[in-house]
Amino acid sequence: MAEPILSIKGLNKSFGPVHVLHDVDLNVYPGEVTALVGDNGAGKSTLVKCIAGINSIDSGTISWEGKAVTINDPRVAASLGIEFVYQDLALADNLDITQNMFLGREIHRFGFLADGEMERKAREVLASLSVRTVSSVRQVVANLSGGQRQTVAIAKAVLWNSRVVFLDEPTAALGVAQTRQVLDLVRRLADQGLGVVLISHNMNDVMEVADRVAALYLGRVAAEVFTKDSSTTQIVELITAGRSGDLGLTPQTAAQNI
Amino acid sequence: MTDNSSPEQSGHSLTKSAPGNGDDASLGRAGSFSLDIELRSIGQGLRDYWNKLRGGDPGALPSVLGLIVLGLIFSQVSGRFLSKSNVGNLPGQGAYIAVIALGLVFVLLLGEIDLSAGTAGGVCAAFAAQAIDSDGLRGGIPGQSALFWILLVTMIVALVLGVWLKTWIGVAIDLLGIVLVLTGADSHVVGAMIFAIGLGSAIGIITGFLVAKVGIPSFIVTLALFLAWQGVILFALNSNPISVNNYSLWNKLGHENMSVAWSWVFGAVVGGGYLLYTLYKSWRAQRRDLAADDYGLVLLRGGIVLIATLVVTYFANQNRNPNPNFEIKGIPWAASIPVALMIVCTIALTKTTWGRHLFATGGNTEAARRAGIDVVHMRVSAFVACSSFAAVGGIFLATSQGSASLDLGGSNILLFSVAAAVIGGTSLFGGRGKARDAILGALVIVIIPNGILLKPSLPAQYQQVITGGVLLVAAAVDALSRRRSARR
Repeated sequence: MAEPILSIKGLNKSFGPVHVLHDVDLNVYPGEVTALVGDNGAGKSTLVKCIAGINSIDSGTISWEGKAVTINDPRVAASLGIEFVYQDLALADNLDITQNMFLGREIHRFGFLADGEMERKAREVLASLSVRTVSSVRQVVANLSGGQRQTVAIAKAVLWNSRVVFLDEPTAALGVAQTRQVLDLVRRLADQGLGVVLISHNMNDVMEVADRVAALYLGRVAAEVFTKDSSTTQIVELITAGRSGDLGLTPQTAAQNI
Repeated sequence: MTDNSSPEQSGHSLTKSAPGNGDDASLGRAGSFSLDIELRSIGQGLRDYWNKLRGGDPGALPSVLGLIVLGLIFSQVSGRFLSKSNVGNLPGQGAYIAVIALGLVFVLLLGEIDLSAGTAGGVCAAFAAQAIDSDGLRGGIPGQSALFWILLVTMIVALVLGVWLKTWIGVAIDLLGIVLVLTGADSHVVGAMIFAIGLGSAIGIITGFLVAKVGIPSFIVTLALFLAWQGVILFALNSNPISVNNYSLWNKLGHENMSVAWSWVFGAVVGGGYLLYTLYKSWRAQRRDLAADDYGLVLLRGGIVLIATLVVTYFANQNRNPNPNFEIKGIPWAASIPVALMIVCTIALTKTTWGRHLFATGGNTEAARRAGIDVVHMRVSAFVACSSFAAVGGIFLATSQGSASLDLGGSNILLFSVAAAVIGGTSLFGGRGKARDAILGALVIVIIPNGILLKPSLPAQYQQVITGGVLLVAAAVDALSRRRSARR
């Protein structure tokens, strides 16, 4: 068994009386796409926010390359090499692709912005991801399509030698062709050795691109399965009922309320 | 994925083979992208400009067209409009609008507004005038015994707030102002002017604190301050206007010119500097295979700028005094200082991290925050810049009026300055604007009253109606272009 780069064990999180996450375990392996699926309110976003350092955790451990770490600030996550691409992408429309990719982490020369250097690096990253959907790294983001924006947001996350990338619903608002491009990009990220966590509602995307699936059900991990061993039906059952045949939670646990 | 026996193996093998993993097709794709050297020719540059216009970014076009149209109309209205003496007067009449508008660009870029810039500038200039007149403020302001201490405490409070909010440049200028007023150096014209800018910074820090930290909408904060500063001006002047044109240096700002030789130097440095810089940038980018404009486009654009600057300098260096007894020639200080400030602002906006972050915050605050940008700091520093420029604007205003009057910076001045920035192409919605806009827009704003006053049969009422109309057109262009770019 390969070592997971990011490993979460027994994570619990409550908001007041509401126990949102129950003993959640999640492993992210380098070079793999791990899909994090679950219905609305299952705790996906809370889990991601705990890992991002936006929410604190009540108990449990987060290990990075086998060592326990405390992520209590988004900057800690960034310094470890964990990047997050949120659904609303967080790109500034009035800046161009290069400027967006380097936003907040600009390169300087003699105290002034080194635009040429940033442009070269942006182009390198996009080329290494085989991105051919944007014609110029000097294009203003306002003029990009949804898929191109998603591409830029993902490339921005990769630019910083990140090791694990969380993608929140990257294909939610995209058309067929653009979804294709983004899924290809997700696969390429994993092929480059990154650990990718794909948060998605779309079973087609999950089955196509993910290596393993972690299904959350009412704050518990119902099961962590390999995509190739499971069917869409099984995963949908895990999401909606917490169990599917022998897989998943025991009937008693699944029936418990949070 | 079916050909891999287990996921972990697939992970490893893919990791190792990542560089060589790309088959010919994907390598070709990557290659075609990375080899995509974007060298823009003149034709492509023109096409890009046309696309930008169609895409809803009119840039400087409305203000340039406005200048041409208004110039044509007024030259028909009065033969004197295009006379050298009249054109030579324009900078002196409009410098304060240009400088206040320059400061407003920073605030407008964030999608905020500073309605108090005019009266804040007035307050700064009024205190500066009072300082010279009463031989240093520390000796006390005539008739207002407590006012000096209130002023000092305000500046110190702003200093503390500035340190807390980490607006270091604002803090430094504010501190300089405090030192000047405590040492009595504000009794000299230069000291008083620097003190005025320090007071402007202090005002900016307080405004920024109220907007960004307390969270009151900038419209309300600055509306309240707009009203309050009008009263403070009366206190500062002890209800007696102070003539500033007795102070030769202050008078010089609005009414005198650079020598002919220095005018040529200035024109050559500005125009030639632009040409050489863009050439260097293009050469450097081409050498490193980056996106660049080709030499033809650079030479065309830089050549136009250089020739325009030299032509303006040539005409400025002709005697423009209709009175044959003495000569008036050279570029007015009221033109060269705003242009120099514009260049500084342009560099700050396009070449520094601060400028980049300002655009990002104005374009998408949430994105800026997630990128680790201190949004509160950006807001405060924009207000500091705005109020500091407003102080310089107030100084120009006082000299163009001849005195620190009781309504210095009041009435329409702020609105004209906002109008100047918007007519020049700065968006009221934030995220789009250039320092250049302020200068071009101020030219449009200033030729309207100038042209109308040349025709005595045209009542002055027209002035405000026409200015209002021009502003409305500019704001409409702004809103429509925004809609257009949103629709794409």
